[in-house]
Amino acid sequence: MDAGPKMTIKNLNFYYGNFQALYDISLDIFPNQVTAFIGPSGCGKSTFLRCMNRMNDLISVSRVEGEILLDEKNIYDPAVDVVTLRSRIGMVFQKPNPFPKSIFENVAYGLRVNGIKDKTFIINRVEETLKQAALWDEVEDRLNDSALSLSGGQQQRLCIARALAVRPEVLLMDEPASALDPIATQKIEELIQQLKQSLTIIIVTHNMQQAARVSDITAFFYLGKLIEIDETDMLFTRPQLRQTEDYITGRFG
Amino acid sequence: MAIRRQLKEQWMRVFFFCFALASILILSMIVVFLFMEGLPIFSKVSVKDFLLGIYWYPTSDPPDFGILPLIIASLSVTFFSALLSIPLGVMTAVYLAEIAGRRLREVIKPIVELLAALPSVVIGFFGMVVVSPFLQDFFGLSTGLNLFNAALMLAFMSIPTICSLSEDAIYSVPVELKEASLALGATHLETIFRVILPASISGIATAVILGMSRAIGETMVVLMVAGGAAMIPTSIFDPVRPLPASIAAEMAEAPFRGDHYYALFATGIVLFFFTFLFNILADYISHKYRQVGAATL
Amino acid sequence: MKKKPKVRLIFPGRRKFFQNFIFVLFRLAAVINGLALLIIVYFMIANGWQAINWEFLTQPPKEAMTRGGILPCIIGTLYLSLGAMLIAFPIGVASAVYLNEYAQPSRILRIIRLGINNLAGVPSVVFGLFGLAFFVVWLKFGISLLAGALTLAAMTLPVIIGATEEALKAVPNTYREASLGLGATKWQTILRVVLPTALPGILTGAILSISRAAGETAPIMFTAAVFYTPQLPTSLFDEIMALPYHIYVLSTAGTEIETTRHLQYGTSLVLIALVLGLNLIAIIYRARLQRRMQ
Repeated sequence: MDAGPKMTIKNLNFYYGNFQALYDISLDIFPNQVTAFIGPSGCGKSTFLRCMNRMNDLISVSRVEGEILLDEKNIYDPAVDVVTLRSRIGMVFQKPNPFPKSIFENVAYGLRVNGIKDKTFIINRVEETLKQAALWDEVEDRLNDSALSLSGGQQQRLCIARALAVRPEVLLMDEPASALDPIATQKIEELIQQLKQSLTIIIVTHNMQQAARVSDITAFFYLGKLIEIDETDMLFTRPQLRQTEDYITGRFG
Repeated sequence: MAIRRQLKEQWMRVFFFCFALASILILSMIVVFLFMEGLPIFSKVSVKDFLLGIYWYPTSDPPDFGILPLIIASLSVTFFSALLSIPLGVMTAVYLAEIAGRRLREVIKPIVELLAALPSVVIGFFGMVVVSPFLQDFFGLSTGLNLFNAALMLAFMSIPTICSLSEDAIYSVPVELKEASLALGATHLETIFRVILPASISGIATAVILGMSRAIGETMVVLMVAGGAAMIPTSIFDPVRPLPASIAAEMAEAPFRGDHYYALFATGIVLFFFTFLFNILADYISHKYRQVGAATL
Repeated sequence: MKKKPKVRLIFPGRRKFFQNFIFVLFRLAAVINGLALLIIVYFMIANGWQAINWEFLTQPPKEAMTRGGILPCIIGTLYLSLGAMLIAFPIGVASAVYLNEYAQPSRILRIIRLGINNLAGVPSVVFGLFGLAFFVVWLKFGISLLAGALTLAAMTLPVIIGATEEALKAVPNTYREASLGLGATKWQTILRVVLPTALPGILTGAILSISRAAGETAPIMFTAAVFYTPQLPTSLFDEIMALPYHIYVLSTAGTEIETTRHLQYGTSLVLIALVLGLNLIAIIYRARLQRRMQ
């Protein structure tokens, strides 16, 4: 590792009301790498991901203990503006969720809400981002069509483009390919490989092959605890712990 | 930048909150103004004499301000309309939610909505010019404008409320319950009566109460077809004068801020109190016995 | 639609027969509602259509309202219901936005909801009394278009809040999350994503509340409407004529109740055409929306 960690999580506990969903999680996320979170359903990996851009703030009964540092600053510090934070940490959701607006407006949305009014800038940025998301060729001549007219895979790449348009430093992806067919999934995975040149990616997946294919680091979660984290090659070939081995070899979960 | 934005966000929240208070504000102003204009009558008549007095002769000399006949009229038209509207409304709801096919449902639902949309003055007019002569001939009555006619017209005004709220309640019964019953060998009908209706009873009760609340507060129908006699009825074919009818008919003639005017506002308080009671009861039932699977009010 | 039970225990034939018999009764109940609507509309059309002609729609009443048209009533009803709408719409939508987007479950929220439910249940004649005491007398607006529109606005407010909330609830939560995830503020999210998505549903509610306001009589009896006024309203403080009140007056208080029967039917027909027409538009529009959502 040549650079320091982009994000550091220290002793994170998370509660929904009285239910503790995450137990004492500590780990580092390194820049320009893909970190995958794997584990069976309900193990807390998505919850953890949603802590990282404070999306869980939307749930009124939730409570967070511990620290999440982004560039060595705690994102849960009261002085942190959550809106600014979320434009630095982008998110792609499980199901493609384009707004019922045109393709162009979907990508431009993040720019507009961040106060950018310069038309040429927006047009250039949208084109650039759609190219980055490998969608440009498919939508070039119908940017004003409704985003809902796209196929599921295209919609998801549009959502990635929408997240990329504001140039986030970190991109959180919550099972981005689980609702897609294999070909669309492959496109997304290729895209992830290209994107990591310019930003840090964290991806939650229950598909272990996908984690093995796209990630550099893999973290295994079980029942709200971080069980093991290692370089992906190591974790999948020589897991240190029995639980990890059971899971990746398909003995449970 | 961030701080300004946060300030603006706080501001927007407060802004919207103020608007959300509008309904409460209006409701409390209604109460305040009803009492302001209605309470002075109680310097002339005691509350007991006002509520239990059986003579309503507001314009004679000396006037009598006893609204018991009006209260009884209101309660009886509501009661008799409920005899018709509850079975019809709930049965239609069951039919729509459980029995009707999709196509029929798509036709009948809008019809019920349109029935709800008919202006009350038109229903009153219909009761006056069509139903009343018919009743008069058919039953050999001296007037067709009576309790029965009013109850009949009111029933069709409260059916849509009862029907659509009951249907929501029935619809939200989890399909697992229904399947469990069918799988045990119950017929569809038995499932409806033993599983679906008991599971949605709080929603249906709420619907019935709100439907009756609508009937007791409805003005134009009782004004036009109830007959207008301020007497305690002895038969279902007697003309009556329910509370809203009395207010609507007499307000125009009552001298401004005279005793009659105050008495009509006090009648408004009583009417408001009745519907308020119905609504609180409905709210209580729907919260206390919240049914499985998100009952809607 | 009907699921047949797999196991039948006793007297399958009798149980089936009994079920069919009861189902017929249920169907009958539904049919009675339909009939009620049809009969009322039929009588209005059958007796009212002769009264309707160009003069009826474009002329004021003549000869102590025994002849002539109902133009001032049509105009008055349009002014009243649109006026009520203009006042209640922004308040109702903002109110619903707070309830659905900002509010956390709390005691205050519970009280606000109780307030809205109760406001929806206040009898129309009590709104009339309130309008008289507050707008006409206390604020000194007099019997006027303004007082009537404000009274009707208070009455239709819960309708708009209800419809808007329903439309807001139908906006998928993922839209909100996606927008917030991009660094949009809550307000930006509401303004740019939530409201535009919910707009068709909100407009449907607006149409319904216009039709509700147009058909109401009791709230305007003491606040806005008069038997007869020679000229069309020119200011907010003018007294006005209105369709529902005109029907009431002609059919109960006129001197020539029997001879103006056709005018009463005609006016009723115009009113239900207006009200049911608006409702039909809303119903069809909503059905198309739902189909598109699926």
